[in-house]
Amino acid sequence: MKNNSNLSILLKGLLLENPVFVLVLGTCPTLATSTSVIGALGMGLAAMAVLICSNAVISLLRKVIPETVRIPCYIVIIAGFVTIVQMIIHAYLPALYDMLGVYLALITVNCIILGRAEMFAGKNTVGKSVLDGVGMGLGFTLALLSMATIREILGAGSFAGIALPFFSDHKIEIFTKAPGGFLVYGIMIAIVYKITHGKAPYKKQFSCEGCPSAAICNRGSCENAVKEGK
Amino acid sequence: MDTFKSLVVILMSSVLVNNYVLSRFLGICPFLGVSKKLNQATGMGIAVIFVMVVATAVTWPIQHYVLDAFGLGYMQTIVFILIIAALVQFIEMALKKMIPSLHKSLGVYLPLITTNCAVLGVTIDNIAEHNFNFVESLVNSLGCGLGFLLAMVLFSGIRSKIVESEIPESFKGLPATLIAASFISLAFFGFAGIVDNLFA
Repeated sequence: MKNNSNLSILLKGLLLENPVFVLVLGTCPTLATSTSVIGALGMGLAAMAVLICSNAVISLLRKVIPETVRIPCYIVIIAGFVTIVQMIIHAYLPALYDMLGVYLALITVNCIILGRAEMFAGKNTVGKSVLDGVGMGLGFTLALLSMATIREILGAGSFAGIALPFFSDHKIEIFTKAPGGFLVYGIMIAIVYKITHGKAPYKKQFSCEGCPSAAICNRGSCENAVKEGK
Repeated sequence: MDTFKSLVVILMSSVLVNNYVLSRFLGICPFLGVSKKLNQATGMGIAVIFVMVVATAVTWPIQHYVLDAFGLGYMQTIVFILIIAALVQFIEMALKKMIPSLHKSLGVYLPLITTNCAVLGVTIDNIAEHNFNFVESLVNSLGCGLGFLLAMVLFSGIRSKIVESEIPESFKGLPATLIAASFISLAFFGFAGIVDNLFA
């Protein structure tokens, strides 16, 4: 954290430390819910709500929670907020609830949320943690939206359910399916790398940096695994 | 015989057609993180199969005899994630005490599994999505685990080739890996529909 001013905390989530394209966290919901713009928006906002609430509570409790059992505590707090969001969406937006299905419950194990709790909220004040939650949440939502826009226009020929003139006659359906997800994600990471070249803490490979499991495994397992691999 | 047939269909569809990694996008983090070498990929895959089956064996009775019986269905997410986290810890401790040789080879992968969404996903799926009975749930979990292992092993072979190939700077590392995953996923598309005609 070189620059700790509040604005930079808020803005870094958008591009330089974008959770999806730069930190490569939360890959599963990104790939799964970016088939349609509506689903992506719903997922992004739901995750953002959980992220802001859990960041605030974890930051408030950071001096109370004992160091050794902090990960289970974080998980319970996050799971609690996920359940609340799940109930709200189920009650007011049943169509969205059906669309997101199991991925809504899986926000609990979304690495972005546990990762931010571990990397940021557990060490910073409430105000900063909320800002971090807003920034990261916006970054996540924007990333999902950009991927969903590409995938829905090319794959289904529509945007947010509205059919587009040229594209609806020339659908490339593979883009809404699984292979299209991986392909678009790979290309997007490459583009973001090109744009932020040299500035972003870009991840060449998976490492313990930013991995929420790093605390549980004492940074040992995968780093050793990586070393053995080399 | 019909029960056996339906179990085989569940197994085949969870291994090949609805492969958790390649078509449902669950467990992507370990899939990308630990698939660099064949022996690591196998170790992680076996650990995941093990945890998935045990977690299902524990969460299914709890959902049906505790949560549903007392009208606590909404607590599903919290209860399941805690059970999985505790279970992984217990399995690690038990392995360390009883079978140290197995702990040495699988132990490092176990803590990583707590936050593997595939495990939470399969336990919730068994109940919410498919409404399976106990045996069907176990078979489905086994199938999902096997599918994960299959995807990991196949992918580790391809990844070792990517490292040696010449690609544009921006695509080096993760982007190239993801695009390779896209092609494997495309290959798995070929399995769609085989389950419907398995016993026709």
